[in-house]
Amino acid sequence: MLKIDRLNQEFMTFGPVSFDVKTKEIVGIIGESGAGKSILLKSIADMLPHDGKIFLDEVEQQDIKARLWRKQVALLPAEVVFWNQKIKDDLKTADNEIIKKFGFIPEEILEKNTDDLSSGEKQRIGLLRIFENRPKVLLLDEPSANLDEKNKMILEEIVLDYIETNNASAVWVAHDHEQLKRVSSKIFEITQNSFKEKF
Amino acid sequence: MVYLSYYDLLFSSFFLLAAGILSFCLKLKTEKALLIAASRMVIQLFLLGLILKTIFSYVNLYMFLLMALVMLFAAGFEVRGRQKYKFKGMVTFFIGTGTMGTIAFTLSFLTLVLIIKKEPWYTPQYAIPLMGIMLGNTMNGVSIGLDRLSSGIVSGKKIIETRLMLGHSAAESVADIKRDSIKSGMIPLINSMSAAGLVTLPGMMTGQILAGAPPEEAVKYQILIMFLIAACSALGTMLAVTIASKRFFDARERLCLERLK
Repeated sequence: MLKIDRLNQEFMTFGPVSFDVKTKEIVGIIGESGAGKSILLKSIADMLPHDGKIFLDEVEQQDIKARLWRKQVALLPAEVVFWNQKIKDDLKTADNEIIKKFGFIPEEILEKNTDDLSSGEKQRIGLLRIFENRPKVLLLDEPSANLDEKNKMILEEIVLDYIETNNASAVWVAHDHEQLKRVSSKIFEITQNSFKEKF
Repeated sequence: MVYLSYYDLLFSSFFLLAAGILSFCLKLKTEKALLIAASRMVIQLFLLGLILKTIFSYVNLYMFLLMALVMLFAAGFEVRGRQKYKFKGMVTFFIGTGTMGTIAFTLSFLTLVLIIKKEPWYTPQYAIPLMGIMLGNTMNGVSIGLDRLSSGIVSGKKIIETRLMLGHSAAESVADIKRDSIKSGMIPLINSMSAAGLVTLPGMMTGQILAGAPPEEAVKYQILIMFLIAACSALGTMLAVTIASKRFFDARERLCLERLK
């Protein structure tokens, strides 16, 4: 279980925030652009300095190495970027079965240049890349913002399947209220200076 | 030895003047930088000539150390001035002077004691030019290396953060940028070593030959100097880039670009 206890960050106007994400649960977060949703996710991933405490299965974030925390609490940023030329250099351990589950033909996608990926492919490869660490919590920052309906559904299915089979959980940030209603058990709304559950 | 008059120097400056005029006509906007650099070079070297004349007549350890420190601080400011992105405060200056000082002092000392073997080792006629050439070349390597590092980290922010998010260490996340920066700092020396004797006659050797030294002796000195400056520049660049790359991250391996100006 992920427990956020009075988390606050210099650029978060709505803090401090506290909430729990139980095993196999997805918590949705909605809010206007620039409200601080990405800052919240980056703080949970320990990518930004912050106040308050965050626990994963009762282990406090600052008590374990940052890189170990980030492997367990994995953030998928809104913009997925690559530093290798070929996909096969980015995916080290993903086997063909998992790659197929993501809707790819392994031989084709592994040989593809990272510059030639569509938005949908980038997001799915981004997910596949973080799944290699077998994270316990997924922090998804508008993962389907640039995707069409078909790709959106594929992505939702992949995430729900991962959470179910790995006893994981997720914090899902999106603009699409309907999507959040579909995937999450509760939704928090960020406004200028508040963070509260939306019913 | 053929002695040069001031008219000879004035005459040789006309060639540079022609380059400046051409730069102005072609709107390259380098004429001002050329003029400032050339004027600085003339003033600095004349002052150095005057100071060296005095210093060479005093064989004194403290005098040598004072002179070396002045040279080191000047090199530190030069490194800092050549950066597009600097760390806030004097961090860049201290990284530059710290690495250049450590490497150039150590190598100069070892060379003077083990190779040149002039008694005492700090005899200014040998110690100061050696220290100067080591510092000058290390300064070039360090300033290019640091500049490439900070520019690479600023432009590669998204990739570095993505790698950190995937659980890579800070060192792994900047490894490619660090490698390229160190290479960039070393390339001028690698090029000049490769071309030495084939394409160019290195400056120091040319000076010695023009001043009447036998070519074999000039060559031996040139090889010694080339080895030393290449080692000094390579070690200085590696050390400076490694220290600076750590400064971009905090204890929780977060990228801290706010530490730059």
